Amino acid sequence: MKVREILETMEYGPAPESRKTSDEWLDEHNRQFDLYIDGKWQKPRPRSYLTSVCPSTTEELAQVAAASRGDVKRAVAAAKEAQPGWQALGGHGRARYLYAIARQIQKHARLLAVVESLDNGKPIRESRDIDIPLAARHFYHHAGWAQLLETELPDCEPLGVVGGIVPWNFPFLIFVWKVAPALAAGNTVVIKPAQLTSLSALLFAEICDSIDLPPGVLNLVTGKGSVAGQAIVEHPDVAKVSFTGSTGVGRGLRETAAGSGKKLTMELGGKSPFIVFDDADLDSAVEGVVDAIWFNQGQVCCAGSRLLVQENIEDKLIDKIKARMETLRVGNPLDKAVDIGAVVDQTQLDTIKRYVKIGAREGAQIWQPRARVPRKGFYYPPTLCTGVESSATIAIEEIFGPVLVSLSFRTPAEAVALANNSRYGLAASVWTENINLALDMAPKLKAGVVWINCTNQFDAAAGFGGYKESGYGREGGIEGLYDFVKPRHERQFRKRPFPLKKDDGSTAAEDEALPAIDQTAKLFIAGKQVRPDSGYSIQIKDPAGRLVGEVGAGNRKDIRNAVEAAAGSSKWMAASGHARAQVLFYIAENLVRREEEFVGRIRRMTGATAAAAKAEFDASIERIYTYAAYADKYDGRVHHTPFRNVTLAMPEPVGVLGIVCPNEFPLLGFVSTLLPALSRGNHVIIIPSENHPLSATDFYQVLETSDLPAGAANIVTGCAAELAQVLASHDGVNGLWYFGADNVCGALEKAAAANMKRTWLNYGKHRNWINPRHGQGHDFLRKATEVKNIWVPYGE
Amino acid sequence: MTLIDLTTLSGDDTPGRVERLCAKAKHPVRRDLLEGLGVADLNLTTGAVCVYHKMVPTAVDQLKGTRIPVAAVSTGFPAGMTPLAQRIEEIHASVEAGAAEIDIVISRDLALTGNWRAIYQEVKEFRKACGRAHLKAILATGHLATMRTVAKASMVCMMAGADFIKTSTGKEPVNATLPVGLVMARAIRNYREQTGHIVGFKPAGGISKARDVLPWLALMKEELGDRWLQPDLFRIGASSLLADIERQVEFHLTGRYSAYHRHPMG
Repeated sequence: MKVREILETMEYGPAPESRKTSDEWLDEHNRQFDLYIDGKWQKPRPRSYLTSVCPSTTEELAQVAAASRGDVKRAVAAAKEAQPGWQALGGHGRARYLYAIARQIQKHARLLAVVESLDNGKPIRESRDIDIPLAARHFYHHAGWAQLLETELPDCEPLGVVGGIVPWNFPFLIFVWKVAPALAAGNTVVIKPAQLTSLSALLFAEICDSIDLPPGVLNLVTGKGSVAGQAIVEHPDVAKVSFTGSTGVGRGLRETAAGSGKKLTMELGGKSPFIVFDDADLDSAVEGVVDAIWFNQGQVCCAGSRLLVQENIEDKLIDKIKARMETLRVGNPLDKAVDIGAVVDQTQLDTIKRYVKIGAREGAQIWQPRARVPRKGFYYPPTLCTGVESSATIAIEEIFGPVLVSLSFRTPAEAVALANNSRYGLAASVWTENINLALDMAPKLKAGVVWINCTNQFDAAAGFGGYKESGYGREGGIEGLYDFVKPRHERQFRKRPFPLKKDDGSTAAEDEALPAIDQTAKLFIAGKQVRPDSGYSIQIKDPAGRLVGEVGAGNRKDIRNAVEAAAGSSKWMAASGHARAQVLFYIAENLVRREEEFVGRIRRMTGATAAAAKAEFDASIERIYTYAAYADKYDGRVHHTPFRNVTLAMPEPVGVLGIVCPNEFPLLGFVSTLLPALSRGNHVIIIPSENHPLSATDFYQVLETSDLPAGAANIVTGCAAELAQVLASHDGVNGLWYFGADNVCGALEKAAAANMKRTWLNYGKHRNWINPRHGQGHDFLRKATEVKNIWVPYGE
Repeated sequence: MTLIDLTTLSGDDTPGRVERLCAKAKHPVRRDLLEGLGVADLNLTTGAVCVYHKMVPTAVDQLKGTRIPVAAVSTGFPAGMTPLAQRIEEIHASVEAGAAEIDIVISRDLALTGNWRAIYQEVKEFRKACGRAHLKAILATGHLATMRTVAKASMVCMMAGADFIKTSTGKEPVNATLPVGLVMARAIRNYREQTGHIVGFKPAGGISKARDVLPWLALMKEELGDRWLQPDLFRIGASSLLADIERQVEFHLTGRYSAYHRHPMG
């Protein structure tokens, strides 16, 4: 265009970013890449390669090795061998490497950005200004964590070999989200980039190689998810897998890993609400919408894809959004003035088209701006769907494309209800100029991240991750770091329960003139003592086989009722920390008055010595005190994110939590698991010790007299493994702890995968509950909570 | 270049200085460069020349026969702390002297104490005094402290009849910033949506490099549309910006980085 014409039209000219250096880099490798294993570039065996395509031009960029199961095995072996050395290097030593990587990312930032945009289709504006700088930031931040690990987490140790599976939407950034904390904590890594987008990860491996990262610390296995990804998840020497991808694939991986004891982080899908109130700065909200759903072509797990707008401003906001959509520029990702690039491949493009078709068929009005979309390449225009009801497919399913659906609401309560009316719970965005309303909304939204008057904000210092079927675990912040370490004392757990000191067996003998009054231990559901649905009782016997008492044989329906009771009330969850502390202290007060009875019960059921039973009782009282104390002290944090933001990391209760008590320590095991859950405001369904449940049934009388709201704690006696399975399979249960005697963890984990329940299972390893290091502390509190990060920007 | 209000607002301004400025306004860029760009026949000039009242007659005289308007800063510029009657009289005098545009300042004391009605009335009277001359209302955003106050001041001035809203006098501690420009541009958009009236925008102060202008152009284009990239709706108050644009034009044509001394000073 001539200057004269430009003066006339005032159109933007092209502003291309050069791909020359990237092409040279690809050519240097003859456009073929191998696997990076044990510090060496190794050919895949067999020699199989996959094609990496540029989505904006559909040209072939390179051939990338397709790792086989054998290749993954080699990689894991290398990582396993390297791990002790990497750990022994110490925090400071590792910090030096991580710092070098951070610097290298900055030094090669433009090459990384251009390679990323070529390979993925995302606009250079995003890869250059967001993906790559954030990745460098992650390494700086985690160089810091490596340095501080021994000081800040002195009781923790690395997990060992960490497996990573990375999606194609942020090939470099999410790759780094997994590598940086894993390495900082002293783990070694075997990681698989997405099949479609491996190039930036390969460049990263070169960077690691150039700074002489010790061999085997980082192993890169490119290839197919179904082969290499699956092999990582199945490998017994992989201690943890951090997966980001769709909920469907995540569920499959979790089912595969079930029973192996592998730790998992699952960053899955979302259908995140973007809520606009009538007092919002609508112009800012419109820009927020752009960042929410047209960032990265909408291929963002936390995309604000569900617009919830207050009914009285719906027309006005929709008009503004349409006007804004007209100025969005779709085209060559390497043009610096392009807003929306290409989606990743033909399959994804077809998926998006199919969903929009379904939307139209189900009655939505589909609106797209007039701007043309390039014919060649996988482009899809920004799309707005109005007239959508919450029952519509496009309002429920994650589309993973530049498609926004709009629904309206009347009141804040209705906005919360609609926002939470989803299987997902990754993120939410709230727009209002009223800080009271914003801070009232934030805790009510079931999402791992809440952005007030902003959206899609990420930082290494803040945790990111979901609630519900959006997955579990966090990436970023100290909450994310915890997912890459384990408590050192876990080494002391044993395959058999820690034994009790037992008497000679004469303790149960009682000498009474009259027959004892029959005692009926019932279930405790919704604050009431109820008979079991089955109508059966279970006989409880002492070690010598003498009858001690009977408890109800709880079944599926009792669990169902207990979950209804737990989910049906929010009183305990909503209570202040101070209020909860008072009730928990009061429980200890009421329990201590019945010391003799409880000690006697322990002795009769277990045959413990008087001293051992007394010790268990005393420890129980102390444990209750501990969690009463923590009720108003397990605070959140304010993360130091480098924007004009107060980022509040709030520990929230998991919600409805199922707990299976250890079989040993009838009172202490019950108290040690129930109390941390209650302390954090969870509503609990607890299955007491299967062999010695009477301490728990005695305990409900203590609960009844201690002002605990109905539904906060529900006790169901019976076959622990069977009842646990019902809990694991219940979609209304958010979390499950299992400390039972039988190792049924594989089956529980499989069932829990369906609704992505948070699980904490013992995998047949037992702790010594009398030991406070094993039986109480931050571990329990962490498992009783989920960290929600709330971003509140400031400035006027 | 065509959007610049070529400005001199200095205590040592003299007719000679203003004459030189006007000559520059008429011929902002070396002819060989314009030919190189293929726009020599367009007779490009700056958007206006902006001076103090005392220099208006000289500027009007020098720009006779051109379409370049003379803008006068007025109403007790830059502080606006003189009596109202005097401020109104100042406008009358400048209009009578031939100024086609009057850059008034709003009373910051009234804005900071929330007396919007009084600001409205003052600007309305200024508007009346302008007659056929255009009124540009300077908000002095560096004094207004918050975005909210800037937005309110923008709306009040537009309601009172301002043809342009302008960020700064160039004498406040903080001059035109993009966030403030965004708020004012959106106020203009909002006012148009509500009333149908079209109001222009003028950032001023501290914009001295060609690359500083590009975000402002993009801001206008994106927030208000191409219509706001014409001199009747968008001006940039600047004194040294033109010289940098000349250098960039020469670089564009020759591939050699240019030097200030190669371009006639204004």
